[in-house]
This record gives sequence, structure tokens and C-alpha cells, in this order.
Amino acid sequence: MNWQPNKHLHTFHGGIHPPENKNQSTQAPIEAALLPDKLILPLQQHIGQQAKSQVQVGDSVLKGQMIAEPTGYVSAAIHAPTSGTVTAIETHALPHPSGLSERCIIITPDGKDTWAELTPVADYQQLDKSELLQHIGNAGITGLGGAGFPTSVKLNPAEDSPINTLILNAAECEPYITADDMLMRERAEEVIQGLQIIAHILQPEQCLIGIENNKPEAIEALQHAVEALQLTQLIHVERIPVKYPSGGEKQLIQILTGKEVPNGGIPADIGIVCHNVGTAVAVYRAIVKGEPLISRITTITGDAVARQGNIEVLLGTPIEALLTHFDIQQNQLHRLIMGGPMMGFTLDSVALPVVKATNCILAATNRELPDPAPEQACIRCGMCADACPATLLPQQLYWFSKSREFDKALSHNLLDCIECGACSYVCPSNIPLVQYYRFAKGEIRIEEHERTSSDHARQRFEARTARLEQEEAEKEAKRKARAEAAAASKKAKTATSEDGDKAAVDPKAAVVQAALERAKARKAQKAAAAKDTADAPSADTIVNKSATEKAKDAAPVMSAVERAKARKAARAEEQGSDSEKAAQGEKKTGGLTALEKAKAKRAQNSDVPAVQEKTQEKTEGKGLSALERAKAKRAAGNDEQSAEAASNTGSDQEAKPAKAMSALEKAKAKRTQAAAQDSSATRTEDKPLSALERAKAKRASAAQTEAPAVEQAAPAPADEAKPLTALERAKLKRAQAATGNTAESVDKRAGDNTGDSVSDSAAESTEAGSEKPMSALERAKAKRATVAQSTAENSEAAAPARTTESATESPVEKPAAAMSALERAKAKRAEKAAQQAADNSNADTDKRD
Amino acid sequence: MSILTAILILLALAAVFGMILGFAAVHFKVDEDPVVDQIDNILPQTQCGQCSYPGCRPYAEAIANGDEINKCPPGGEATIHALAELLGRDFVALDEEHGEEKGKRVALIREAECIGCTKCIQACPMDAILGAAKQMHTVIADECTGCDLCIEPCPVDCIDMVPVDVTLNDWRWDLPGAPETQLIATDRSTDNTDAVKEASA
Repeated sequence: MNWQPNKHLHTFHGGIHPPENKNQSTQAPIEAALLPDKLILPLQQHIGQQAKSQVQVGDSVLKGQMIAEPTGYVSAAIHAPTSGTVTAIETHALPHPSGLSERCIIITPDGKDTWAELTPVADYQQLDKSELLQHIGNAGITGLGGAGFPTSVKLNPAEDSPINTLILNAAECEPYITADDMLMRERAEEVIQGLQIIAHILQPEQCLIGIENNKPEAIEALQHAVEALQLTQLIHVERIPVKYPSGGEKQLIQILTGKEVPNGGIPADIGIVCHNVGTAVAVYRAIVKGEPLISRITTITGDAVARQGNIEVLLGTPIEALLTHFDIQQNQLHRLIMGGPMMGFTLDSVALPVVKATNCILAATNRELPDPAPEQACIRCGMCADACPATLLPQQLYWFSKSREFDKALSHNLLDCIECGACSYVCPSNIPLVQYYRFAKGEIRIEEHERTSSDHARQRFEARTARLEQEEAEKEAKRKARAEAAAASKKAKTATSEDGDKAAVDPKAAVVQAALERAKARKAQKAAAAKDTADAPSADTIVNKSATEKAKDAAPVMSAVERAKARKAARAEEQGSDSEKAAQGEKKTGGLTALEKAKAKRAQNSDVPAVQEKTQEKTEGKGLSALERAKAKRAAGNDEQSAEAASNTGSDQEAKPAKAMSALEKAKAKRTQAAAQDSSATRTEDKPLSALERAKAKRASAAQTEAPAVEQAAPAPADEAKPLTALERAKLKRAQAATGNTAESVDKRAGDNTGDSVSDSAAESTEAGSEKPMSALERAKAKRATVAQSTAENSEAAAPARTTESATESPVEKPAAAMSALERAKAKRAEKAAQQAADNSNADTDKRD
Repeated sequence: MSILTAILILLALAAVFGMILGFAAVHFKVDEDPVVDQIDNILPQTQCGQCSYPGCRPYAEAIANGDEINKCPPGGEATIHALAELLGRDFVALDEEHGEEKGKRVALIREAECIGCTKCIQACPMDAILGAAKQMHTVIADECTGCDLCIEPCPVDCIDMVPVDVTLNDWRWDLPGAPETQLIATDRSTDNTDAVKEASA
């Protein structure tokens, strides 16, 4: 045999010749797989996306059954290495330099080793590339050389880079490792057939097997296999000189073809694909036998094990079981390494599983692999640069990495470093150079990632800002449109009011004033009742809550109705004498929108959810001016009734017990008056009345009939008192608004009532809040807060006038009263949601106060 | 006469250069200070406001106008280094007044306690919180920059900032040269090699 390297071979720069230590493990044939007590299968055994578990704890699985599916293009499936039961899916430490834990599927074998149904491909020549790639992908094959890159991805290079050379990496240059060597000796035909399948997929012009001179048996076996399969035209076994790291992908390509993989590129860029021999066997088994990747050949070596050799090992086998099988001598073991002594890493524990990339377990004694000597200063000898197979400047990279000057390290092509460890090996100062490069690479990767994510964050932030600005602009436009409409309606109103009779103002005001006084009296009554029951704190909270709820429901209605009432009242007075005109208008109003009807209904059922009311109010807001006009006309129609009638009805109502009154009935003397009139006089025979009038009448009568029921259903005065207080607030406000609007001749905003001289504290605080152009929600909140305040104090009629601000500042016994309106609103809501949450909230707000 | 010639030549030159400069001022005008963009690219874009500016870009503008470069706790030392290099200033330690550098954290809503108030949604500068009124909210962890802005508005204090666990994908090697490897051989403790033995025992 000719042991001289072929003349056409090239070489790469640098390289080292560490002691091989390969003979120890090549004396015995590959041992058959052992069946451990449990198999630990990490979901992440490859580069790329973690696989997704397909099994549940307790499932029984068969050998070769897929238990985790790939979750993306760059990902690999995981299969059960034997039959058994899934006993856990949990985090377990991984054989990884980080020592991190990840999710693993843990299988307890049943010992039967029953195969699942396999789907071998009868004749792969008939299948096209994509089908074969799918088979390989489903078999979960990753590169078995050590990196663990999914093979199906590597076999599918970009369209624009046709593959002309396929290289099978059989160099196995790292000391101690003999897994590929033994595989080629014993299964050379499988290797060649696997290569043939890969060649069928990639269709290269030539296939090269790069193998180091130190494996004569393997070379012979391969050559025999090639000849036996009559593939000598396609496949060439190339013997290469022994030099570390000739098994590096880029170095092997350089040796065999003389081409260099470009900076930052992959071999496919220059038309070359490189696969490991183990991968070729896995491909052969997956296609021809249908077996997924469930085992691999691993070298167990090192002086700390009594027997050294290679074993076919099921993936997931704990390393402890392997070491025991090879008679580990615990007292000799100094370092346990996965991979070789050059590029491997130390394992912290023996409970770790064998994964797809575990080509060697090196149990070294202290004499074999002593601890690294202490790092000393760089003496700039330049030996590292001589040894570097990538023709880098390790010294410069070392300085830049150490001082965190990553930009400079990058400009010195740090990323081309293959971390082979040759520089560290030759360094006379024992500097762990590779560890510095790994650190720098990690930092650069993280920085890159952070830059990407901060760019992403900036985009999101800018998008959000733009969206908020747009929303603001839209709101502004709407507001302007509304203001214009209001101005127009105001103008129209002023024009009509000049014709109106101003004398009607006084009786109206008197009616409103009467209503106001009634409200106050009732409120005082309620407050007294509430005080009685307020002793029990739990009862108090319940009451507060119900009051808050009521208020929430009533609030939007109030503001809406309030505005409408004010307008109506003003209209009634001004147009009192203009009954014909009003009647005419009313016919128009008769066909009034569903909106109006909805509103009436809403007022009637004050328990309708607040959300619904809010939406309705919003709708109402848009068509406000139209509505107001309609209402004014309606009011004018009602004005046929005299002022005396109004006061009569008012006093009738006053005589009634407060509890017996429904919200609507109390809502406004004017409306009730109209309703009463309608219901008593015209309910059965009203022909001229519009649909709307009828609706109103119905509403009023319904309210009246409901009233006794309410009274009966309210045996506990405390429970009843609070909601009523809330309702009274509503009524009061409305009445007030009416007064104010009548006196000042109109504005639709309740907030313009500031000139009003009503001394009620709650009303004032509400006003203070509503002065600002508040949204519906804010108004509701403020009102709720007011109600909460009034119920907390139980006697706000006697309390001094108080604004929201003064309430916040004044020290009150109850924490609820001391809270600002908004905070209290929050606390209440929290209370409603969960008692615990409320506790937190109170504590929090107290702190803030 | 020669003096007059010299003056005329100089005047002519002045006029020509004046025109060139005037032309350049109009046609090569830079609207925005490009250094602001560069600074903004370095800042971590959490928009947290810990620097006392309402976002990263305002702070970038402030730095361009001479403000200190050490007011960004989320960016930490790495950001200060990058800014110092970009602006040719000296490195200054992080200003404690604006907070301390904490690792990457994300907000986590204790969902059982969330009352659905939407206040955190409004506060989030990244739109990274998902939810609706009276519905439970949740944080999209991938979008969260850990700015803390949602913590304060929460009425029931149900938002935690949890540190992000290191996974295999973002794990990195440490800088070698831990103290023990820097000692001379005779000072080294031999205990550190016993761990493997114990584990395998």
C-alpha cells in the first residue's frame, strides 16, 4: 500500500501534532447497545429550534416512535430509542458547557425493545430530492461530528450554489476519539451507501472521502466497499497526512480542493458540502431501513476506565451507566470530558445523558490531563500565529477580547476562528486563548441580538406614538365638529328664544327649586337611616359598593338626561305661548329616532350595564344637537300643561315616601308631570300623541306601578338608603342643571353650572370635576367617587362644602374619605373584583397618601 | 498699483469662496444632527424614562447637546462605553441617581389578581401588554423591554419584574481569568477538582 499522501493534495496553515492516544480504544470491536434503567432525551440536542414534545407523561412509546417533532426549518425530531413508558417530561441538566438544564423527555424502558412500524424506502433512486429530505428530516438526523446541525438543512443548499464536490469527513483528527474509525472498519458498506444517497440528493460531480493516514484498516475497508459497490468512478478515498485539525470542515476542504471557504460564508458558497461518516450511516439507515436516529457510536476512553473502546449507545443513556459498563475507577477519575481533549468540555456530573453530538466520553486521570497551569503574561512569541489553521492573529485577538474591544477583534476576523485550540496548545504562557475567543464571540452575539431587539423596540415605540397622535387628532377633529354643531344649534335657539315669553321663567324656576328642596330633605332622611346601619363595617362596605354600582349605572344617564332636561326646561319656558308651533314640531318629533326611545328605556332601567350606557351616550353625543332640538319641541308640546299642574304633581310626589319612588319618577318634576298627565288623562285615548309621548307615558306609569314593589322589596333600610342617595344625587344634579340653564339661558354643558349657588357638597365636587371637558368614563368615575364620599360620611347635607381636592387633603377617619376621587374609584373596583386585591390596593393607596 | 491688484485678487477670491460656502449651506444642509441618530442607536430603547427624559430619543438629543452619558441604567456600562467611544468623551460610571443596572427583566402579570383596568396597557411604551377592559391582561414577554413603567399604574400591584432566565440560545462563555486561575501554582487550592469525583462517587 502507498502511504504517501496523494500529490494533488493541498495543505493548510499551521496545525499541531498532539499525542493521538487512539490505539487504546480500537482494540475491541464496537459493543452492542446496553439498555439502561432510564433514558433522558433533551428536546434540544441540535443547533436551532427546540423540538416540541408529542407525548404525555404515562404514554407508552415504541422504539423508533417520534416523541418530539421539529418546530421550524432548522430543528430536528427526537425518537424513542427503545420501547417503554414516558415517566416524566421535566428539566434536566444537559451535557453542555453551560451546565444549564432544559426540558427532557424521560423514558423508562420496558425491556422488550419493540420496534414501531418503520417506513423504509424501497428504492430511493425513484424518489426525488424533497421526499428524501423529508425522510431524513423525520428521522431526526443531525451532524454526528460534534456540532449537531440538522442534516436535512445542510442537504438542501440554496439554488444559486450548485454543489460540485461532496466531501465525507472521515479525518477524525482529535486525539482519543475513534468512533468514526471503528464505524468505518465495521460498517464501511453502510458508509458508502449513505454517501451514495447523499450524492443522489446533491448530485455532485465528485465525492471525496477525506481520511487521515493513521486509520489504515478503515481506509482499506472503505476502498473495498467502494470497489464492491462499483463506485470507483464517483467516490475517491483520499488519504491525508495526520495533522490536527485536518478534520475541521474548512481545513479538510482546503486540503482536498485547495479552496478556502470565504469569510463569513459556508462551504456551499464554493460548491462544496461536507458531511461526517456517522451522518452518512444515519442517512443510510433512515432511508434504506427506515430507522430514525436513536443511537450512535461513542468512544469511551481515558485511563480512568478499565476497558476502553467503542459502543453503540442509545441516545439518552446516562453517562454513568456507560462508565459503569466500562468499569470506571472512581478514584482515578480526575476530569470527565465530553468530546476530545482539544475541543471537548468538562462535565460536572455523570447523570447527564448521551446526546446526538456525543462522540467521545473521556474519563481522564490527573496524570493524563492535568489541570491547566496558571495563565501567565503573553510574551508575544508568535507561536500561536504559527499554529493557527485559520491564519488569524491569535495574539491580537487575545488582547482585543481581553479588553473587550470587540470591534477590533471583529476586524481581525475573530468569527473565522474555529476554536480548535491549537493556539492554546502551543502557548508557552498557558493562556487559555480559545476561552477568550469564545467569550468575545458570545459577547458579540449578545450585542448583536440586543441591537436587533432595540431596533425592534424602537419601531414598536414609534408605531405606538404615531398611533396615539393619530387618535388624538381624530378626537380633536370630532370635538371641533361637535363644537360647531353646538354653536349652530345655539344660534338657532337664540333666534327662537327672542320670540319666547320670558314671563314663564319664574314659575319654572319655582318648580325646580321645590324639587331641589325635596331632594335635600330626602337625602338628609336617607343619611340618617344609613348612619344607623353604618355601625357594622362590613355592612358599610356592602352599602358603599351597591351605591357605587348604582351611581356607575346612573352617572352617564344623569349627565345625558341632565343636559336634555335643561334644554327642555328652557324651551318650555321660552316657547310656552307658542303651542301651535310646538305641536307642529312635535309631529316631526313623533318620528323621532330609535335613539330617543333607547334613551327612554335606559332611563327606565337604570340597572342596564354601564358599558352599554356609555356607548349609547357616545352615540347620543354625536347626534346631540339634533336630539336637543327634538327634545325642546317635545317639551314645548308638554307645556300645554300649566305651571300649577306641575307644582301639584310635585307636591303629590313630595308626600310619597322617598323609597317608593323610582329613579325616573324622581328624575324631574317636569318629566313626571308630563308623564303623569299623559298616563292619567290620555293613556287610553291619546290619538294626537306621538309614539314618543306614548313611550314616555308608559315609562312613567310603569315606574309608578313599580314603586310599591320597590318599597316592599326593601325591608332593610340600609340597603335601600344608599342606592337612593345615589339616585338623589342624580336628581339633584339634574335639577340644578335645569335651574342653572334656565337662569342663564342655556348651555348644554353641566360644567357651566359653576355659577350656581347650591351649597351641597356633593354637587359641588361633582361640578368641580365636570368643569373640565371630561370623557364619559371620567364623569362616571367622578360621580361614583362623590357617591362613595357621601355614603362614607353619611351626612353630607350637614357637612361643609368640599371639593375633590379638599377631600383629598382633609384628614378624615375613614381611609376611603381620605383618598382622592380616582384612587377611591380604583379601590372600589378592586374590592368588587377580589377582596384580597382590594386589601392590596388600600394599603397601596394609603401609602401613596 | 500692485497693492490694489492684491486687494482685488483677494476680494475676488473672497467672493468666490463666499458663493461656494453659500451654495453649500443651502444644498448640503443637514436637517437633523446625525449624531443624535447614532446615539439613539446605542441607547437600549426601553423608553423607560429613568434618565429623566421622556424616552430614548429625547435623551439622545440631550446627550448631543452636552448632557452626561451615564444616565441610562438599562444600558449600563456597555452603553456608556459605546457612547464614550462615539462622542470621544471619557468613561464615567453609571449615575446611581437614575437607578442601577439590573439584568434583563420582563414584566409578568399575576393573572389571577389582574382586575382588567387597562392602566398598564396605556402605560406600556412598547404595546407589549395584551388585554381589554375587565379582561385579564398579559405581557408579551418577547416585546417587553423591562422598563418598569407598568408597575406604578397598577392599582392592585399585580405586576412583577422577573429576571429572564438564561437559555441555551443566549448562554455565553465567561471571560477566563477567574481569580483562581490567576494565582500562582503554589497558592492554588486543590479542592476545586474534587467536585467531579464527588459527583461521580
